Amino acid sequence: MKFTGKVYKFGADIDTDAIIPARYLNTIDPQELAKHCMEDADADFPNKVQPGDIIVAEKNFGCGSSREHAPIAIKATGVSCVVAKSFARIFYRNAINIGLPILEAPEAIDAIHEGDALEVDIVRGHIKNLRTGEEFQATSFPPFMQEIINQGGLINYVKKKG
Amino acid sequence: MGMTISQKILAAHCGREQIETGELVNCKLDVVLGNDITAPVAIAEFEKLGLEKVYDPGMIVLVPDHFTPNKDIKSAQQSKVMREFARGQQIENYFEIGQMGIEHCLLPELGLVLPGDLAIGADSHTCTYGALGAFATGVGSTDMAAAMATGEAWFKVPESIKFVFSGKLPPWVSGKDLILRIIGDIGVDGARYMAMEFTGEVVRQLSMDNRFTMANMAIEAGGKNGIIAPDEITRAYVETRASRPYTFYESDPDADYFEIREYDVSDMEPLVAFPHQPENTRGVSEAGHVLLDQVVIGSCTNGRLEDLAIAAGLLKGKKVHSGLRTIIIPGTQNIYLEALRKGYIETFIEAGAVVSTPTCGPCLGGHMGILAQGEKALATTNRNFVGRMGHRDSEVYLSSPAVAAASAITGRITPPWEV
Repeated sequence: MKFTGKVYKFGADIDTDAIIPARYLNTIDPQELAKHCMEDADADFPNKVQPGDIIVAEKNFGCGSSREHAPIAIKATGVSCVVAKSFARIFYRNAINIGLPILEAPEAIDAIHEGDALEVDIVRGHIKNLRTGEEFQATSFPPFMQEIINQGGLINYVKKKG
Repeated sequence: MGMTISQKILAAHCGREQIETGELVNCKLDVVLGNDITAPVAIAEFEKLGLEKVYDPGMIVLVPDHFTPNKDIKSAQQSKVMREFARGQQIENYFEIGQMGIEHCLLPELGLVLPGDLAIGADSHTCTYGALGAFATGVGSTDMAAAMATGEAWFKVPESIKFVFSGKLPPWVSGKDLILRIIGDIGVDGARYMAMEFTGEVVRQLSMDNRFTMANMAIEAGGKNGIIAPDEITRAYVETRASRPYTFYESDPDADYFEIREYDVSDMEPLVAFPHQPENTRGVSEAGHVLLDQVVIGSCTNGRLEDLAIAAGLLKGKKVHSGLRTIIIPGTQNIYLEALRKGYIETFIEAGAVVSTPTCGPCLGGHMGILAQGEKALATTNRNFVGRMGHRDSEVYLSSPAVAAASAITGRITPPWEV
């Protein structure tokens, strides 16, 4: 599965309150959540993000709350994947469980800037910066997690396991 | 090689004698928790599985505590989804308004989580129960859904960092200050994916309320769980509450740690975490002149009886500063009632504070004390992220109940010994 998209770059320790503020958690409707995605980090993000775009962030993306509304909101904006130096534990688990593609690529982040175009092969964990031509390899998932990803998330995985 | 307390609890729940850090294990759970924000998502995911019944209604706990008593129509709809699910699935541990409290104050109080348990909750502060010597960690709603269906969850066995506290705890220094010291030291991702084990002579003497505060904020250092080996203080707390057997585990002397960090607390003073990260800590005497618009005393971090006792001790016979609002939120109905009987509630109201029914409310910017643009609050809560308590241009400072109560009197961040 390959995605090509424009980069929106964020800093370190982007917390789940920045990804989706709690004031909007009185709904579970993904489209409603998407309207406020990242708004406390970049107020204009929900208006400018286009389907296929890619979020790139420094360390510890998604720290804070366990709210699954965070990866749900990102997925519902049409963002194709999130690439970060590292992810907070619960966000990492949630993203895999709901089928939001994420890649941990510590070496890639410093060489990617806002507005760059990236080509990402989510299965191979391969990232190419189309502006500079530089290529990077993301950390691979353990086989068990890769299986959940392949099934499209935890619910499908549990269903199949019976 | 010996095992840590965290390894031992996971091993016991996957039927193994020995497990190694880094292994992925599938474990049987004792408790699965959800609230009015996270359970509705979990219920929608559970329904996709096409199952009629949950695996075991007895292990599920549902607490409407975040946006309750409901603040608007949408949140009332969310609570209704959870209430109807609880009825349909015959989940006895659903706590309606009137019985409910802030979940992480309520579950230990009712003996629903016990030493040696493996608990997950669709709330990041589920790590609070580590204070009982349980392995408890926050997960998302889909993990909660899968756990409701199967009674199990998968875990990567975490490495552990041991935090050893020695020395003599100075007056006004509390469990809140100890955990803020750790977070200030190692940063908001300093224990990412890891178990945080709190130990040493200082921890051994801490009350359960202070231990809950410490374990509660393990997530603020990125920890998977915070844990304190159970002892006689734990036993005194649980023996009157437990209605099922429980097990005390402790780390082996030759257990392997990622790191051991030692702290002498003798010279410590209360700490304040400045905006917008819990790691931005300073001694309260170095806080400078920070004028406040609001003080909040409560939350799953510091909404217990001992927290209210400290606040009442400082506010007794005093008035809160006319320039700010002081909001005090007991964690559960029982804590509220005890505080009433002991006269704390009267003290708060006479001082000019408001006292609310239990709710997470302002901690996450839900309701009951939202900040306007440019306002500053000092809170005994756990997060001071941008926009956490309201407008994105507002600020939250974190402290212990002692610093919060003292600051409510003066209207600015103030050491408790100055009032």
